[in-house]
Amino acid sequence: MGGFPILSLMLAVPLVGAIACLFLDAKPARHVALAATLINLGLGIVLWMNFEIGGDQWQFQEYHELFAGFAYALGIDGIALMLIMLSVFLMPICIGASWDAIQKRVGEYMAAFLFMEVLMIGVFAAQDLFLFYIFFEAGLIPMYLIIGIWGGDNRIYASYKFFLYTLLGSVLMLIAMFWMVNQAGTTYIPDLMMTDFAAEAQTWLWLAFFASFAVKMPMWPVHTWLPDAHVQAPTAGSVILAGVLLKLGGYGFIRFSLPMFPDASAQFVWLIWGFSMVAVVVTSLIALVQHDMKKLIAYSSVAHMGIVTVGLFAFNVQGLEGAMMIMLGHGLVSGALFLCVGVIYDRLHTREIDRYGGLSINMPAYATLFLLFTMASVGLPGTSNFVGEFLALAGIYQINSWVAFVCTTGIILGAAYMLYLYRRVCFGEQKNADAAAMPDLSMREYLLLGPIAAAVLWMGVYPESFLAPMREDIAWLDQRLAEAEPESDAHLTMTDAPAQEEVRTMTGDEMMEASLDGPPPAPPEGEAQ
Amino acid sequence: MDLMASLAIITPEIILTVTGLLLLLAAAWGGDRASRMISIAAAVSLGSAFAIVAPRVCAGAAGMDTMAFGDLFRADAFAGLAKLMIFAAAGATIVIAPRFFDRVANMRAEYPILVVFAALGMSIMVSATNLMTLYIGLELNSLAAYVLAAFLRDDERSSEAGLKYFVLGALASGILLFGMSLVYGFAGTTNFIGIAQAVKGDLSTGMLFGMIFMLAGLAFKISAAPFHMWTPDVYEGAPTPTTMFFASAPKVAAVALLARLMMEAFGTQIDAWRQVVIAAALLSIIIGALGAIGQSNVKRLLAFSSINNVGFILIGLAAATVAGISAMLVYLAIYVVMTVGSFVAVALMRDADGNPLEGISDLAGLSTTRPVLAAVMAMLMFSLAGIPPLFGFWGKFVVFQAVVEADMLALAAIGIAASVIGAFYYIKIVKVMYFDEPAGTVTGEGDTPHWALLGICAVIISPLGYILTPWLGNLADMAAASLMLPA
Repeated sequence: MGGFPILSLMLAVPLVGAIACLFLDAKPARHVALAATLINLGLGIVLWMNFEIGGDQWQFQEYHELFAGFAYALGIDGIALMLIMLSVFLMPICIGASWDAIQKRVGEYMAAFLFMEVLMIGVFAAQDLFLFYIFFEAGLIPMYLIIGIWGGDNRIYASYKFFLYTLLGSVLMLIAMFWMVNQAGTTYIPDLMMTDFAAEAQTWLWLAFFASFAVKMPMWPVHTWLPDAHVQAPTAGSVILAGVLLKLGGYGFIRFSLPMFPDASAQFVWLIWGFSMVAVVVTSLIALVQHDMKKLIAYSSVAHMGIVTVGLFAFNVQGLEGAMMIMLGHGLVSGALFLCVGVIYDRLHTREIDRYGGLSINMPAYATLFLLFTMASVGLPGTSNFVGEFLALAGIYQINSWVAFVCTTGIILGAAYMLYLYRRVCFGEQKNADAAAMPDLSMREYLLLGPIAAAVLWMGVYPESFLAPMREDIAWLDQRLAEAEPESDAHLTMTDAPAQEEVRTMTGDEMMEASLDGPPPAPPEGEAQ
Repeated sequence: MDLMASLAIITPEIILTVTGLLLLLAAAWGGDRASRMISIAAAVSLGSAFAIVAPRVCAGAAGMDTMAFGDLFRADAFAGLAKLMIFAAAGATIVIAPRFFDRVANMRAEYPILVVFAALGMSIMVSATNLMTLYIGLELNSLAAYVLAAFLRDDERSSEAGLKYFVLGALASGILLFGMSLVYGFAGTTNFIGIAQAVKGDLSTGMLFGMIFMLAGLAFKISAAPFHMWTPDVYEGAPTPTTMFFASAPKVAAVALLARLMMEAFGTQIDAWRQVVIAAALLSIIIGALGAIGQSNVKRLLAFSSINNVGFILIGLAAATVAGISAMLVYLAIYVVMTVGSFVAVALMRDADGNPLEGISDLAGLSTTRPVLAAVMAMLMFSLAGIPPLFGFWGKFVVFQAVVEADMLALAAIGIAASVIGAFYYIKIVKVMYFDEPAGTVTGEGDTPHWALLGICAVIISPLGYILTPWLGNLADMAAASLMLPA
C-alpha cells in the first residue's frame, strides 16, 4: 500500500459524511450515511487484504508531528485490524437497522453514528497516547446524544448514567497518561509498550487505567450503566454499544494495561479474576430473571465480558487469543441479538418477553436466524463464540483450574438463560394475537441479519482467518508478559516439571482443537507458532 | 529611566485614559443620543490598545526594557497576554451591550465609558509590580464595575447586585489593603522585587499574615471559594453584557495579578502559599460544581461554572512552575472564549418581543426550534465540561499536565475527579436543549454582532481551535518566562 494514508481516509470518509448529514433532510441523509459506511467497509476490506500477516508489527503507519509533543500517529497491528473490521462491518448494519425505525431528526442521527465510526476507528488506529485519549473520550458526546434523543422512555437517566460513569472512569487515566509521558518522554504507544515502568508506579498506573477500562468493559461492580444504556438506546445504538464500544475496554487492557504494566497486571490478577467470576455467575443469574429482552442480552454481555477479562489475564497465548475471539464473536452475536429484538420491537413496540410467544409459527425465517444467534451466544461449536470461549477457558485452566471451573458454569448458565428466552419468544403457544399476526422478515432485515450470520459461521468454522493476523501480536504480548513476570504458579502442581512442559508444547495446537468441530478444512498452519 | 521612555511603555493605558476622559465629555455633551458613536469610539480605543500590545506579546517582551516609572509598572509579555484577553472581552461587551439595553431601557452613553475605565484598571493591575500600582488598578476597575453591575437602576435585581458587589468588594479591598500594609511593614518596601528580597530565607509571621490576607482579598476578586458567595447573586442580577464582562476580563486580571504577586514577590516562599492556593482551587472546583446542580437560572449556573473554572486555573498556579503559569494562561484564554460564547448565547435567548430570557427551562427543546443556537450552546457546554475533541479539553489538558510534571499527583487526581461532578450540570443543559419537549419561548432573532461573536467563539472552541495551540502555547510560554522569578 506504499505510503497511501488509508487509515486517514477511513477517518475522513465518515467525517465528511457526518458533516454532510447534518445539513441534509431525512431521505438523502440516510443514503449518504449508508454510502459512507459502505465505502468504509470497502476500505476496511482493502485494509485487511493488504495487511501483511507476519510482516511488520505495525502497518499502515502515518506520522505527523503536531504540537506540544503530541503527534498524529496512526498505525495498526493485527489486533487493531480485527477490531476495526468489526466496527466497519457493523456500521452499515446499524444504519440499515435505523432506516425506518428512526423518523425524527434523521440527519442528526446519521451524523452522530458517522461521528461514532470516526472515533471508533480512531481509537483502534491511534498510536499516540493522547490522540487515543481524545478519540476514546470524544465518543461520549455522540453516544450521549444517541441515547438521550432517540432512546426509550427512561432515556435521560440512562444517558446521564452512561456519560458520568464513563467520564469518571477515564479522567483518572488521563492523569496516569501524563505521568507516563513525563517518565518515558514519549507519547508514542509502540515505544510505551516496551517501556518498563518502576514496579510501584505500575501499580498506580494500572489502577488508573483499570478504572477506565473496567467501566467501559464493563466489569462486574461498575457494569450497572450498561443495562440502562442498552435498554434505552435505539436498536442501532445498542448494536454499536455492544458490538464496538464494549470492545474498547478489552482493547485497552490488551494494548495498555498488559504490555505497559505487566508486573502490576500480575499483581492484580486476583482482582480481575474475582470480579470476572462474580460477573460470570451473578450477571448470568440476573439475566435469567429478566422480563425485558434487551436487558437480558445486556446482562449476558457482562457475563461474556467476564470471560474475556479472565482470558486476557490468563497470561498465555490461548487466553489472549480466546479473549480476542470472544470480543469479535460477541460483537457480532450480541449485535445480531439486539437486531433480532429490534425486528420484533419495530412490529409490536414492546420488549416484554411475555408479550411474545410461538413466533416460530408466523415468523419461521426470523426464528431460524434468532436460533442461530442464540446458539452462537451459548457457544455452540461451529459458531464464533465457541472458539473464543474454548480458548479463553483453556488458557485460564492452565493457570488456575478453579477460576476456569467457575467461569465454565457461565457457559451452562448462558445456555440456560438464552434457551429460556428463545423458548418463551419463539416456541409455545401464541398468546398474543398481535404477535401472532406479525409478518416475517423483510428484505431489509434479511440483508441486516444475513451477513452477520455468515460471519458468525465463518468465524466458528474457520477461525484461522481471524486468528492469523493477530498471532504475531499476541505472541509478542505473551513474550512481553512472560519476560516481566513468570507465570503465576497458582495452578495445581500435582505433577512435576516435565509434565508441565508437555502441557506447554501442547498448547500451540489448541487452535486445531478449536476448529476440529467444524467441517473438514483443518488448518495445518496451527503449528506455525 | 527617563519619563519619555516610561510614557512610551504605557501607551495603551494612555490611549484608554484619554479616550475615556474625552468620551466622558462627549457623553455629557451629547447625552444618550451619542451612545452609538461613543460605543464605536470606545471599541476603537480598545482595539488600538490591543493592536499596540499584541506585537509586544509576540516578541516576548521581558526584562528591564519593559519597566516604567522605576519599576512601578511592567509591560512584559505576561501582562501583555493578559491585556489582550481583557481588551478582547471588554470589546465584546461593548459590542453586545446596545442590543441588550435597547430592550430594557435606553442604551446609556456611560456604559461603554465605564467598560473602558474598567479595562484600564485591569490593564494597570496586570502590569503592577508594586503594591501601590496594584491597588490603584484594582480600585479603578472595581469602582467602574460596581456601577456596571447596578446599571439598570430601575431593576431591583440589578441594584441589589450592584450593592452586594460594592459591599463585598469593599470588604475584600479592605482585607487586601490590610494584607498590603502588613507586607509593607515587614518588608519595608512596596516593590515586588524588594519584597522578594525581604522574604528570602525565613518568612516572618507578620509577613505570612500579610500574604494570607492579600490572598484572601484577591480570592474575593476572582471569586474563588471560600470567597465566592457574592458571585451567583451578582451574576444573576447584573445586566447580561455586564455579567459576561465580569465573568471574563476581571477574572483574567485578578488571576494574572495573583500569579505575578505570588511568583515574583513570594516566589521564594512557594510552600507557604501553595497550600492556600491548592485549598482554594479544590474548594472552588467542588463548590462550583455542586452549587450549580440545583440552579434554574442560566446566569447563576454560569456563575457557578466560573467558580469551578477558577479552581482549574488556580491548579495551574499551584504548580508554581513556568509550565504551570503557561498552562494557566492557556486555560484563561480558552476560558475567556468559552465564557464570552456562553453569555452571547444567553443574550440570544429572547422571547418574541425581544425580552431576555434566563431560565434553564426556557431552553427546553431549543434544538428543534433554534438548531444553530442549540448546537453552539451544546458545544460550549461540552467544552466547558472539558470533553475532547472540543477546545475546552485542551485547557484542562495543559493544566493537569503541568501539575503532574510538578509531581503533585494527588492534587491532579482529586481535581480531575471533581471535574466529573461539573460535567453533570453541563450535560444537563444539553439534555434540556436536546432531550426535552420544546418550550417554544425562545423565538426572538439575534443580530449580526451577536451571531458574529458567537460564530468566532464557536470556531475557536471547535476542534479547529487546536490549530491555534502551537501559537497559543508559544505565547503563553514566552509570557510565563517573562515573569521575573526570584532566584
